[in-house]
Amino acid sequence: MLDEAAGEQPIVLAASRICKSFNGVQVLFSVDFELRCGEVHALMGENGAGKSTLIKVLSGFEQPTTGEIRLDGQSVVLPPNGDAERLGIVVIHQEFNLADHLTVSESLFLGREVTRFGILDRRFMRAETRRVLDMLGAHIDVDAMIGSLSVADKQMVEIAKAISRDARVVIMDEPTAVLSAAETASLFAQVRNLKKKGTSFVFVSHKLDEVMAITDRVTVLRDGHWIKTAPTALLDGESIAQLMVGRELASLYPKKCEPDVDADLVLDVRHLSTGYVQDASFDLKRGEVLGFSGIIGSGRTELAEAIAGLRPRLSGMVLINGDEVAGDVAALNRAGLVYMTKDRKGRGLLLGSGMAVNLTLQSLERHVRHGYLDKASETEALKRARRRFDIRVRDDGVPAARMSGGNQQKLLLAKIMETEPRIVIIDEPTRGIDVGTKQQIYHFISALAQEGCSIIVISSEMQEIIGLCTRVAVMREGHIVGMLEGEEISEQEIVRYAAGLKRKAA
Amino acid sequence: MSVNEETGVPRGRSWRDVDLRAVAPFAALALLLVVGAMVNPNFIGFANLANVATRCAFIAIIAVGATFVISAGDLDLSVGSMVAFVASLMILLMNSGLVADPVLMLAIGVAMTVMVGLLCGLTNGLITTVGRIEPFIATLGMMGIYRGLTTWLSQGGAITLQSREIQTLYRPAYFGTIFGVPVPIAAILLVTLVAAFILYRTSYGRHVVAVGSNSDVARYSGIRVNRVRVIAFAIQGLCVAIAVLLYVPRLASTSATTGMLWELQAITAVVVGGTALKGGAGRVWGTICGAFILELVGNIMLLSNFISEYLIGAIQGTIIIIAMLVQRSLVRKGR
Repeated sequence: MLDEAAGEQPIVLAASRICKSFNGVQVLFSVDFELRCGEVHALMGENGAGKSTLIKVLSGFEQPTTGEIRLDGQSVVLPPNGDAERLGIVVIHQEFNLADHLTVSESLFLGREVTRFGILDRRFMRAETRRVLDMLGAHIDVDAMIGSLSVADKQMVEIAKAISRDARVVIMDEPTAVLSAAETASLFAQVRNLKKKGTSFVFVSHKLDEVMAITDRVTVLRDGHWIKTAPTALLDGESIAQLMVGRELASLYPKKCEPDVDADLVLDVRHLSTGYVQDASFDLKRGEVLGFSGIIGSGRTELAEAIAGLRPRLSGMVLINGDEVAGDVAALNRAGLVYMTKDRKGRGLLLGSGMAVNLTLQSLERHVRHGYLDKASETEALKRARRRFDIRVRDDGVPAARMSGGNQQKLLLAKIMETEPRIVIIDEPTRGIDVGTKQQIYHFISALAQEGCSIIVISSEMQEIIGLCTRVAVMREGHIVGMLEGEEISEQEIVRYAAGLKRKAA
Repeated sequence: MSVNEETGVPRGRSWRDVDLRAVAPFAALALLLVVGAMVNPNFIGFANLANVATRCAFIAIIAVGATFVISAGDLDLSVGSMVAFVASLMILLMNSGLVADPVLMLAIGVAMTVMVGLLCGLTNGLITTVGRIEPFIATLGMMGIYRGLTTWLSQGGAITLQSREIQTLYRPAYFGTIFGVPVPIAAILLVTLVAAFILYRTSYGRHVVAVGSNSDVARYSGIRVNRVRVIAFAIQGLCVAIAVLLYVPRLASTSATTGMLWELQAITAVVVGGTALKGGAGRVWGTICGAFILELVGNIMLLSNFISEYLIGAIQGTIIIIAMLVQRSLVRKGR
């Protein structure tokens, strides 16, 4: 391994030959990872490459299926549920681990409250909280309720919490995603500071410039495999991206099929506004695959939900085949438009119910005969859907909760397709599923488009947008800022629009 | 805490725990019958069991309605007071002498009772959905209102059906039999059959369960969540009205304490029957079984001399807690 440049510091935390599978789907394949004392180690990879799982294994939230974790050279089994904090391993999660009804200082000392004579020493805890926050350069009131803080401030509290625990290993899962440039700078200053004192960091980020700026070494994962570990100094952004993507993209995505120039307009969205999305206008042709790109929080989902009737429209209108359709889910379904949520567990599927119940939930009226539900017709529909979408489950009665992510996604796709839509909005079609299923889903999308269905794909995976779509809308801060076609569709061009460097005149 | 759903995912055969939960109340019922038979040989006789079934009719029918409300993820605490209120209105109307003909008067009374029951349920539903108030609080408020109105209508005393003719005419609705089956038992069966059909074999029933399991999923699937919830409350109101139609001929009188704590008995019956209190799984037949179990326990206590019958309330309270523990352990076992 190339590790001379990282110095001869001892290894604090190491993982060797880690394999991990969930419900028979293997997500990590014999991954090695080493963290030296006082090092900032970047963990990189595309979405679904296994970074999150590796982090969970390194922090005890998940136990590896096989493989070994060593702390200070000793083989250990990390305690679950965050108890590894007591061993000095602290994780700053992407989703916050804070209770809304506690104050900042209460959150910082949650579970290790300082007492004097058995009574909470609030003064000390408040002062200590202030000290840590000042160290981070964060101007947050120590008595403010967590619920009243902005996302960035919450992130700062999480970081302060980790720092105040004298952690030896701090694992940060995209810590800067919600921070401003100034906040990022003060975070990095603090990281460098702690690094000198011997604290080690695992840094997960998609922002290449940050990785180049702050990290000592980079480990790249791809599809659950360890690809490379190298000193950051020996790499550049281009080579990291190369390592991350790796495979031939052409094989993953089916051939694109441009819609006819004179194909009918099936969807016309005019000046649509919601609370966040402002004045969004676009149209969609028959058989077209239109991509929506942009960073997380740019308003893509909000726009899609407003079109699909799941969110109030403040102004503007939605025309399907030239007729205006009101913002009502059932009415839009009847008009042939459906929206497939990105949150398949929270909003897509009834996890406690079986496949048939989920499949027909959105199209139940198709199975009603003389006022009652025809179960035979539902069973028939399930048989068809399982064949068409290749849903691989032992038996039909399995509740959705017990299906793998890929099968759940296929079931969700099958569910919305049961309404026989002409326009489908698919939000994050392949979030959290393995690469084989991804490929299948891409082929379903392409096949649907060729059958004349019009599809909108919202995705945070740039490659997916580029590989699937013949036209790409880029959103930024609630506005559609660019519409790319043909040759223009490239990662650099999308990023330029998404980051606000370029903006198309409307 | 970042909960990983994938590891929280239970493994093993799916049908097993689902079946267990559905079967558990019936197993408990069988056990009770055996215990009862050992305690007192008269217990297992048809006359006694039919008597028990007849006595549980009010709670059973109300609980069938509660099964819908609870399956949809809501709760209705007002049903006990609603019985008192609707019954009082019915008797007052029939006492008013609006129509001379007793048959017609009774028919009007029955029609009005059904209407008022539906309206009360509708009110509860609209307050929780349109008013966006937690069903616990909304129906707690309505419970106070219905009870207070009843007390006011009766001026703290009793409201008694005065017309002898109507009383005689109406009596068979509780004391009569249809093909040898006491009317209340026939009513239980009929209500349950219809309810089971609605819950299991219509799209509305499917929608109720979907809303109760996860209202977001339901909304994203194009289901009008609030409408489903309001209709469930209205069904509950209708069931209360049916219970009132059986209740009035029995005593021909109501007072401020009519239907006291019936809401708790109804909820107990639903939970003992295997319906999850957090919604998402309705079991109508289980509910009936639960109501029967509650009445049976009282009956056994009465027939045996081990425990004072004054402790019935405490025993019923114990049953609901045991039922919850059993439910949870069955869920765990499935994991």
